[in-house]
Amino acid sequence: MTRTHLPHPHLPGLGRRGFLLGLTALAAVGQARLAVADTTGPAQIADRRLVVILLRGAMDGLHAVIPYGDPDYAELRGALAMPEPGKEGGALDLGGMFGLHPKLTSLHGLYGEGQLLPIHAIAGPYRTRSHFDGQDLMEGGGLQRLESGWLNRALTHMPESAGQPARTGLALGLDLPLLMRGEAPVGMWAPPRATRPEPDLYARMAELLHADETIGPAVTEGMRGRGYAAGALSAGAPLANQGGFMRLASAAGRMLAQRDGPRVAALELGGWDTHAGQAGRMEPVLTQLDRGIAALRGQLGEAWSKTAVLAITEFGRTARANGNLGTDHGTGGAAFLAGGAVRGGRVLANWPGLKRDSLFENRDLQPTRDLRALAKALLRDHLRLPAGAVDAAFPDSGEIAAEAGLLRA
Amino acid sequence: MDIRQQIAAVRFGTGPRPESPLPDDPLAWLDAQTRGPGLPLAPPPGRDTPPALEEGYRAWVAHDASPPPPGQMSPVTALFRAEQQAWVRHLLTSDAPFHDRLTNFWLNHFTVAERGGFGVTTGFSMYLRDALRPHVTGRFVDMLVAVSKSPAMLYYLDQTASVGPNSNFGKRSGRGLNENLAREILELHSVAPASGYTQADVTEFARIMTGWGVERLRAPFDTLFRPGNHEPGEKTLLGKRYPEGPEAYEAALRDLGTHPATYRFLAQRLVRHFVADTPPPAAVARIEGVLRETQGDLGAASRALVRLPEAWGPPLTKLRAPLDYMVALHRAAGGTDPGPVLGAMSALGQPLWNAPQPNGWPDTAAGWAAPEPMMQRLDLAYETAGRFARRDPRQVLEVALGPLAREETRTAVSRAGSTRDAITLVFASPEMQRR
Repeated sequence: MTRTHLPHPHLPGLGRRGFLLGLTALAAVGQARLAVADTTGPAQIADRRLVVILLRGAMDGLHAVIPYGDPDYAELRGALAMPEPGKEGGALDLGGMFGLHPKLTSLHGLYGEGQLLPIHAIAGPYRTRSHFDGQDLMEGGGLQRLESGWLNRALTHMPESAGQPARTGLALGLDLPLLMRGEAPVGMWAPPRATRPEPDLYARMAELLHADETIGPAVTEGMRGRGYAAGALSAGAPLANQGGFMRLASAAGRMLAQRDGPRVAALELGGWDTHAGQAGRMEPVLTQLDRGIAALRGQLGEAWSKTAVLAITEFGRTARANGNLGTDHGTGGAAFLAGGAVRGGRVLANWPGLKRDSLFENRDLQPTRDLRALAKALLRDHLRLPAGAVDAAFPDSGEIAAEAGLLRA
Repeated sequence: MDIRQQIAAVRFGTGPRPESPLPDDPLAWLDAQTRGPGLPLAPPPGRDTPPALEEGYRAWVAHDASPPPPGQMSPVTALFRAEQQAWVRHLLTSDAPFHDRLTNFWLNHFTVAERGGFGVTTGFSMYLRDALRPHVTGRFVDMLVAVSKSPAMLYYLDQTASVGPNSNFGKRSGRGLNENLAREILELHSVAPASGYTQADVTEFARIMTGWGVERLRAPFDTLFRPGNHEPGEKTLLGKRYPEGPEAYEAALRDLGTHPATYRFLAQRLVRHFVADTPPPAAVARIEGVLRETQGDLGAASRALVRLPEAWGPPLTKLRAPLDYMVALHRAAGGTDPGPVLGAMSALGQPLWNAPQPNGWPDTAAGWAAPEPMMQRLDLAYETAGRFARRDPRQVLEVALGPLAREETRTAVSRAGSTRDAITLVFASPEMQRR
């Protein structure tokens, strides 16, 4: 690939600023190390990393974090009940009351190291059982639908500098989730295609598109993101290639590990909507989640010690199996917090129990904790954002206090 | 040339082709596509007829008896792939592109997806050809009834597995309700949450439809009602009582499909699709009124849509979704091979007939215009231009855009260093990405 100093005379519309933002980065693909070394940006960007994984489709918390010690568990769950720890195919013990699904072996290892905190009987403030409303509200962070996501609004309070090659926020995959949409520009990464145009042709396309109010900013941002990622991913061993989620998680880890890389990343993993045959259908998704977090950790290296990974889902599922050995849309569920920065090795739950009268509407696990309390704590205590940033992320949430004690000092 | 001719082909169609002249009278051309059943849809390649349900079900049984070795496609999936080829070839060559756009719109409204398994893929030909397409210019309620009883939908939203807990079979087996289909018909297909239904309505509707399922192992190899799975007793949905028995499901669907809240919801979605991401309230009110006055005549609603002043000016307000975009590129260059279009859909985030969730694909720019997806479009513009590098770029530009082409685009195309680069620039231009 030839390296052109990118052109000016025939690109009047783009302007110098457009170049600085996007195209120089792209032209620098082959000389990425140099481009990074050239950066004169302030080294003062925060060293904490936050990864949010959206588990789309409503993960059954009672199947992922199994309350085998609850006296009503086995009867309530019937054929969906998992064997106790120590039995064949049994749960991986979390200290006597709860156990992880047996496919979550890496997460269980993290638990043993004090770096996994499963949270149970948790839900957002909404009681919709619609995936689409539920996901929009979980990602928006408000009590009504919002056009931007809580993580993006938090990012607007994390200063970026002109010399910083990467955006502070990074979304992995082909879609920008609502969680990351909003005013703060966000980098993106997806696996590349086999052939790509030369930089000069990209520049001409960008010039044609720059005035389009929707496409123009997206292309400028896309070029910037690709330019950065090409450099950050060029060093080190090839990325994991097994399965989409693992690959995305590896790429996220590699980029987050960079000294001047992004600090906040969002990933998505679907496949949790298990209305029928749940036992078999959840195994591959749990495996992907488990291996993805392991790959993320592997790529983060030393930065893992400064990392918190939050995995959340829009709501839980019915406490009882439905007519098809599956579960329908419910309310309370489970979440995971993992990372070297996390004070784990315990389960966080005000356990409501599984008696008929304890269930929400005699149907779902009763939520006793609010998802926003976790997220607020991560913004405040982990990213150390000011109170204004936390309020902007979660409007109308004054009565929900940030959860204390999630993190190592 | 009248710019309205170009707008009609771009906004309401799938983009012009070199072999098909633009219509002299855009409104008459659009109207004609809203009367009658649409152009015949050819059977999948290499076949004289589309696969019947029974053929798919027998292939499914054979697959279960001896699954193909890893890496080899199941015959069940092969039938589905062939139907995808047939549909995209139709989109590329059709001279009734407004009808095709309406079909794609309703396919998305009533999403079923390959990820739903063999129950969906075996039923897809019948779903597209018999349940959905005959009604896209007919009455909405007839489409609602047809798709809600079609095996692909019954499998996709788990109705095949729902059992009345107090039915004979339910009492014997301990099996019970699966409320997935009931919830999504209310939320996504008909009255929508703004109508104010409750969880109790969802559960009651699920009880109403118990018994309806699919028999795939023996005759009729189709949808059927199993009295032994039906929940006994009267049920109440949205305040109205429905008696026990097989007729209640269709009766409830007919009430939902003609509910005023449904017309409001459909008007909103149609105007958002054909006019603007933020639907102008006056336009929505107009379409809602037509639906109400005609008891949901979708042909009349379609003719009202193309008469909305907001639909003609300003042009190019909508971002083309990936399928619209790829089809428009290939049509502009005279392409007829569905392979490259299908091959591009995953990279662009819209694999054909495989939406991630029952609410289908987004219908606003915000759902598609994120940075990396737009970069993937530029890469595919370049890749696609490589397939048509012997075409005259000026002709591609004139066909695709005509009077909609901006001066900047014409200049950039004329200055490009190669025909491939020139066609890439036509394909990547903002005019081409919009409709």
